[in-house]
Amino acid sequence: MAKGRYGIHGGQYIPETLMNEIINLEKSYEYFKNDPEFNAELNKLLCEYAGRPSLLYYAEKMTKDLGGAKIYLKREDLNHTGSHKINNVLGQVLMAKKMGKTRVIAETGAGQHGVATATAAALLGLECEIFMGKEDTDRQALNVYRMQLLGSKVNTVISGTMTLKDAVNETFREWTARVHDTHYVLGSVMGPHPFPMMVRDFQSVIGQEAREQILKLEGKLPDAVVACVGGGSNAMGTFYHFIGDETVKLIGCEAAGHGIHTEKHAATIAKGRLGVFHGMKSYFCQDEYGQIAPVYSISAGLDYPGIGPEHANLHDTGRAKYVPISDDESVEAFEYLARTEGIISAIESAHAIAHVQKIAGTMSKDQIIIVCLSGRGDKDVAAIARYKGVSIDE
Amino acid sequence: MSKIAQAFKNGKAFIGFITGGDPSMEKSEEFIMEMVRGGADLVEIGIPFSDPMAEGLVIQEANIRALSAGATVDKIFDLVASVRQKIEVPLVFMTYLNPVFNYGYPRFFARCAELGVDGIIIPDLPFEEKGELADVAAGFGVDVISLIAPTSEQRIQQIAQEATGFIYVVSSMGVTGMRSEIKTDLPSILEVVRASSPVPTAVGFGINTPKQAGEIAKIADGVIVGSAIVKLIEKHGENAGSYIYEYVRSMKNAVSEQE
Repeated sequence: MAKGRYGIHGGQYIPETLMNEIINLEKSYEYFKNDPEFNAELNKLLCEYAGRPSLLYYAEKMTKDLGGAKIYLKREDLNHTGSHKINNVLGQVLMAKKMGKTRVIAETGAGQHGVATATAAALLGLECEIFMGKEDTDRQALNVYRMQLLGSKVNTVISGTMTLKDAVNETFREWTARVHDTHYVLGSVMGPHPFPMMVRDFQSVIGQEAREQILKLEGKLPDAVVACVGGGSNAMGTFYHFIGDETVKLIGCEAAGHGIHTEKHAATIAKGRLGVFHGMKSYFCQDEYGQIAPVYSISAGLDYPGIGPEHANLHDTGRAKYVPISDDESVEAFEYLARTEGIISAIESAHAIAHVQKIAGTMSKDQIIIVCLSGRGDKDVAAIARYKGVSIDE
Repeated sequence: MSKIAQAFKNGKAFIGFITGGDPSMEKSEEFIMEMVRGGADLVEIGIPFSDPMAEGLVIQEANIRALSAGATVDKIFDLVASVRQKIEVPLVFMTYLNPVFNYGYPRFFARCAELGVDGIIIPDLPFEEKGELADVAAGFGVDVISLIAPTSEQRIQQIAQEATGFIYVVSSMGVTGMRSEIKTDLPSILEVVRASSPVPTAVGFGINTPKQAGEIAKIADGVIVGSAIVKLIEKHGENAGSYIYEYVRSMKNAVSEQE
């Protein structure tokens, strides 16, 4: 069996044309992750450019209101470009440059990963092209322009369902056509090995900081760590350094859209089955013949039919629990956090907040929840207004 | 000897591809018969997949047409059953791993063996992962066709040594689709392949004119054409049969001249 397995999940299910490039990437990563010079440069970028460490904020009003566990927000929304995506992107783009690549390509759903990649490419002087489904370029027009301002070309993907999975297909196709000078900056803990491991490592700074911060603030570990899950990069980054702490519950919140009893959801763990797609064996929403299902969520960033292989394994082993959160619940949480704490979170992250609303009151006051606030919500304001039937002019 | 080897017995082979169920199963059967009448030595039948990552636009759209018309793995098996009553030429499936995995490997390959499918091409199953189904397929006598790409370099020998059926040499970088020019140094790739394996080699991706096919047939044992045939279906729909026959005949003539 090939490399990069998490239990039965993972692997390298990609066309032969990409195999040498993937092997080269794996070797490069194994070298650079232990290279003091690379790590010093990356750390400098994370601290001086992206604004790390991010705050671990005690949400006192929310805690009091829910009347149970103490709630801490890991503020990835305060990073440069407004989400956790920058952590992975700075690592990959810096590495691509050191590998001698002159061009990066990336998929994006909501646009957060695309904006982050375009930003890193501008900073580090690499050519950049982003692939984004037409559904998403329409609903996130502002992010399209943002990427263009940063000097990137944005390609509108009109194949398939014209959303995130199709953007991934098209970016893989582009990479197959041009591997010699191009690195694919995959945005989540998915795809063929080494991506799930590499993206997790670059994102694990979230949980590493949170663990140190909570020990300093509270002198003990949290009882639960909560994060939203599409492909699963912010959740994997938040969970990773807590996996060994068996008393810490790990909870991933996936997008239930209109509800898991309907066909309009993106709840891979709740409703998916084992399959092989986008280079990995994992759980996928699919029909009885193994055709990948069109998925739906109000959140473009969670609108993906699969989940990273390490999450699939954490689910199999029972180490992490995955819960579905509907559009309605996430919008309610989005508004709640804005009113209660004065924080407009990404609609993706609001899925995690919604679950905290459900569990905090059932826990005791000496217990602690850390929730990853993976991104800020400016990009979602217009969509939420539409959802609520409010007419605004952007 | 595998049945696929027979395809390479009548001189240089012409291998044609269509997506099963595009635009309907009845028409697929007719088009396969036309390809064989035109001289195709082996027919590749695509099992449509929602997300064909290795395909260019022409075959992507054929996948969508077939799925929209209700194509399923079971209906493709029915198509094969019907075709097999009429023709002897080797048949090979081309699909992605998920529909096969989802069907269940033993069940899938048992049906292939029962109906006379001789091989399978799975672009998202590289050498490193072929253990996934190699033993099951071999147990049912179905060849898993290996692909070699312009970027394979030091992997060529390793892949070729374990190849069965034929070796599919990908002519160009990128996805399937017609190209005006093929820039890869195919002679040196084919030289390494031949030194490592007795299995015949066929070149595909990008080939669409008789002239190109003739050039390739000088150096390879066979020529594979997909997008150009599918393009005829896109253009002529249900009436594509006679065009497919004429096209395949011209391509087979071009490769035959290179005996």
